[in-house]
Amino acid sequence: METVTEETQTKATISNTSVLEINALESEAIYIFREVVAQFENPVLLFSGGKDSITLVRLAQKAFFPAKIPFPLMHIDTGHNFPETIAFRDKLVKELGVELIVRNVQDSINEGKVVEETGKYASRNMLQTTTLLDAIEEFKFDACIGGARRDEEKARAKERIFSVRDDFGQWDEKNQRPELFDLLNGEIELGQNVRVFPISNWTELDVWSYIEKERIEIPSIYFAHQRNIFVRDGLIWSADDEVVFRAEDELVEEKTVRFRTVGDMSCTAAVLSTADTIEKVVSEIRDSKISERGARIDDKRSEAAMEKRKQQGYF
Amino acid sequence: MEVLKIATAGSVDDGKSTLIGRLLYDTKSLTDDKVEAIRKSSEQRGYDYLDFSFATDGLVAEREQGITIDVAHIYFSTLKKSYIIADTPGHVEYTRNMVTGASTSQVAIILIDARKGVIEQTYRHFFINNLLRVKDIIVAVNKMDLVDYSEEVFNDIKSDFEALNAVSTYAEQQLTYIPVSALKGDNIVEKTDAMPWYDGDTILGHLEQLEVSDVQDGGQTRFAVQNVIRPKTEEYHDFRGFAGKIKGGKLKVGDKITVLPSLTQSKVKEIYFFDKTYQEAAAGSSVVITLEDEINITRGDMLVKSDELPKIEKQIEATVCWMDNKQLQPGAKYLIQHNTNKVLSKIDGVKHVISTQYGSHQDANNKLALNEIGSVSIKLSKPIFYDSYQDNKANGSFILIDPQTNATAGVGFID
Ligand SMILES: Nc1nc2c(ncn2[C@@H]2O[C@H](COP(=O)(O)OP(=O)(O)O)[C@@H](O)[C@H]2O)c(=O)[nH]1
Ligand SMILES: [Mg+2]
Repeated sequence: METVTEETQTKATISNTSVLEINALESEAIYIFREVVAQFENPVLLFSGGKDSITLVRLAQKAFFPAKIPFPLMHIDTGHNFPETIAFRDKLVKELGVELIVRNVQDSINEGKVVEETGKYASRNMLQTTTLLDAIEEFKFDACIGGARRDEEKARAKERIFSVRDDFGQWDEKNQRPELFDLLNGEIELGQNVRVFPISNWTELDVWSYIEKERIEIPSIYFAHQRNIFVRDGLIWSADDEVVFRAEDELVEEKTVRFRTVGDMSCTAAVLSTADTIEKVVSEIRDSKISERGARIDDKRSEAAMEKRKQQGYF
Repeated sequence: MEVLKIATAGSVDDGKSTLIGRLLYDTKSLTDDKVEAIRKSSEQRGYDYLDFSFATDGLVAEREQGITIDVAHIYFSTLKKSYIIADTPGHVEYTRNMVTGASTSQVAIILIDARKGVIEQTYRHFFINNLLRVKDIIVAVNKMDLVDYSEEVFNDIKSDFEALNAVSTYAEQQLTYIPVSALKGDNIVEKTDAMPWYDGDTILGHLEQLEVSDVQDGGQTRFAVQNVIRPKTEEYHDFRGFAGKIKGGKLKVGDKITVLPSLTQSKVKEIYFFDKTYQEAAAGSSVVITLEDEINITRGDMLVKSDELPKIEKQIEATVCWMDNKQLQPGAKYLIQHNTNKVLSKIDGVKHVISTQYGSHQDANNKLALNEIGSVSIKLSKPIFYDSYQDNKANGSFILIDPQTNATAGVGFID
């Protein structure tokens, strides 16, 4: 698979077709990135190492080529990431020559700002919010670019492209600015910031098809591999990683699986799959009968889970 | 793949959310876990059918009250096209959401309850889609199951609606009438046996055969500069590119262009898209352009073809839809965001409020309240380069930002 190398980064070539073919979603995302850089002083791209944020990075490259991406990437590290994701992240930023900021949830726990959850469904997903808000304040970021999509979840379907958050990072879902045409209003007060979602209008399948078409490299855990797993509540959990709680009576077996999202290990379930190439993943998603978030336990807690987390400043 | 954006309009309970849920379900776009969630929610409320409105109503308050509060965007695709539907609430007070939905859509579905027929609010729904020049309108006469699938009821509603259309100012607007039952799934995706007298398309059938290029707005080429790209690397030491999105027509290498506001002339040297250069790019492309000559250009400037100059004025007349609790009044100052330009402006006067009754005017009292639409004169602190909304949507529309609250207080369509 082709990676983003120095050559593709810096030297333009003449296309062999003379008329540019339009991809409406890609064009819209590039437009949004450019508005962010024009309208804000201190933007940052929130990078999780997942496919959506990797796609964002490619779009950001496209938006500003031949210049470098004009803002840093920031990873809010739960400490529960798949090791493959971290290795991938470090390689990518090195190739791009962009700045990477890492802030750790573990530090927020050590400082006593948040308390680690315990038990069967313990996860650090919720705790990320505090670390994120602290980092926004520390660096005085006025725009945080994220890879959320409206098709992911019902509360997200109501999200704006420029979503204003107050000093406490809160989302006021009933008082959002209308977004007309492609006119994005980035006017904010001191202390406020905007969450920006350039791929709002993409579906999971759009993202995967784009990764296929662009030959974008993604972490290996997205592809089918052998893994020790156990099954709980009908979901498949990794048994190789200590952070995933497993009761003694939950049996470990080896299966061929892959991950559809790569969030916090403790709340990201795998799916049985033999899709070991990007082509196979795309056709698997096309035929899929379970939504992507169906494999994330944090959304299963309650029907209103996402809305509540967003009000508190979660992405 | 082609993307088609659709807005819905209809009064509360006409069945918008149900229709969208039905489209998703019948195109097999709802995954098993989502159908299961809908089944559960329907059972909890004691329904003996699947209430598809649960597929779209996302906020807690919406589910509790069984209504849609905010615009939701719903996605589905067929082998032919990707669809994005805006589910917009139908209450009178939510005009702003309907205008918002229509502003990004090429197609509108206006729902009418077959039992109620064309009502006061239908005028408003049609008027907004007419004002915003949404090219293709589907009039879906819903709940046909509750009127015995009567052809007569359908025809009466159709001729009432045609009466509205007679005073339309947008001749190219395409109207298609379809009798449906969103609840039962008649004529949504599947053709029904219940209405043998109807031989037209289903809703999806109609959407599938639409050419996206036919419903897109054209016009002259406008390129508003978003950013100046200066890499300052070895390979691109003297590179100066202008990033923006082409609107209206297309751009070719060698095109003679004029830069606004300086009126300097030059030619297109290269068209970049990422790491490749092209001879030609069409409307909708986000590209980087270089010019033959060294010209000082910044964000907010606009490149146009030299024989297609827009109007350049410090005073504009526009139809404004007001979206803020604080009324629009003469003398008030707002920031106008027009393309990539932000200009301070002052309201000169509000000439009249446009009534929900099609075509008639109402006394304005020189003010516009929330959700009112009116004719407004605006004075600008410096000129903008614009077209009438009729000639070029992107270059004929703007938003008004309240400099005190930063709220998007209104949207305007230039005469
Ligand atoms: N009988 C019948 N009921 C319908 C039909 N479409 C919608 N409904 C019902 O009308 C009510 C309002 O529907 P909903 O989709 O929430 O309307 P909205 O406010 O326009 O989104 C619900 O109880 C639906 O079940 C239809 O075609 N036939
Ligand atoms: Mg509804």
